[in-house]
Amino acid sequence: MKADRSIDIRGDICPYTYVKAKLAIEGMKKGQLLEVLLDHEPAIRSVPKSMRSDGHRVLSVKKAGKDEWKILVRKSR
Amino acid sequence: MKKPSVGKKFLGFTQDQIVRYSRQMILNEVGGKGQKKLLSSKVLVVGTGGLGSPATLFLAAAGIGRLGLVDGDKVDLSNLQRQVIHSTNTLGVPKVESAKTTVNALNPDVDVVAYEKRFTPANALDILKGWDFVVDGSDNFPTKFLINDACVLANKPFSHSGVLRFIGMITTVLPRKGPCYRCLVREAPPQGTVPTCQEAGVLGTVPGVMGTIQATEAIKYLLGIGNLLVGRVLYWDALGMKFDQFELKRNPKCPTCGDKPLIKGLSRANYGGACRVGR
Repeated sequence: MKADRSIDIRGDICPYTYVKAKLAIEGMKKGQLLEVLLDHEPAIRSVPKSMRSDGHRVLSVKKAGKDEWKILVRKSR
Repeated sequence: MKKPSVGKKFLGFTQDQIVRYSRQMILNEVGGKGQKKLLSSKVLVVGTGGLGSPATLFLAAAGIGRLGLVDGDKVDLSNLQRQVIHSTNTLGVPKVESAKTTVNALNPDVDVVAYEKRFTPANALDILKGWDFVVDGSDNFPTKFLINDACVLANKPFSHSGVLRFIGMITTVLPRKGPCYRCLVREAPPQGTVPTCQEAGVLGTVPGVMGTIQATEAIKYLLGIGNLLVGRVLYWDALGMKFDQFELKRNPKCPTCGDKPLIKGLSRANYGGACRVGR
């Protein structure tokens, strides 16, 4: 699945990983896909949790390299 | 782990701004869009005293892009029990300069316009130009009526508050969309019949809480969120620790905002000579 917007927030820690993901998805249309590339391990749990709590659908959390992950979120509200 | 790219903007925000405003930007009612709105907003605070101090501090902390401060007084030792934007270091300094120093230290995103003068019938309409919202932080009836009439004439939304002893009252006025201060009190009581804070005293936290609510109303208005105190007066008895509210209806016979307004301009005769602010 091709993302409509990708953000590279490697170097950011929680809660700013979530703040940036939230800022990014805010400007998108319902149904579009956001891909978040990050390297802060706790964020692979906190960002999906917060995104779900905001009403979005977390499609996947995948390893993208050594200590790097990609989270795919569908904007759902 | 990479280091965050400090100098680079992320969707229009610097890394510092993302950190500084993160706790309010994650609110769905604010978000990035709301934060940009606040950063491009302009709020005028008339009086940098007991009410204006907390109002200005919270507006600055929230990232209101431009703050106008009106006050002709200098910082006095007796102010410091409640006027928390000032300090012992700024005794004798014009209040607007003292407040500007504090705001600049708190948030460099905020541009402060200092009016070191009293808010008078002669300068009121000029000063009001260009501001999105006004906070009445004055401490006397003539200035409160002047702010009300000037804001209604200039169609500026504003927050009104008054405090004395342990009591605070507050309402928000959206001219011609709801009642104004004169719908509640038609005219100033004769001088000497209602004591001032100087005569009757005031607990510092009372203007502290009311001024904080004024900043809240300004932020909500700018963001277009929640329910404003329009058509309602919120009343706080700090000693009994009770909040109460009563409905306020627009008076069709109100001299300022009624169907046939009598006040069509600002004449000095209508406001007495004692237009001091923020004491």
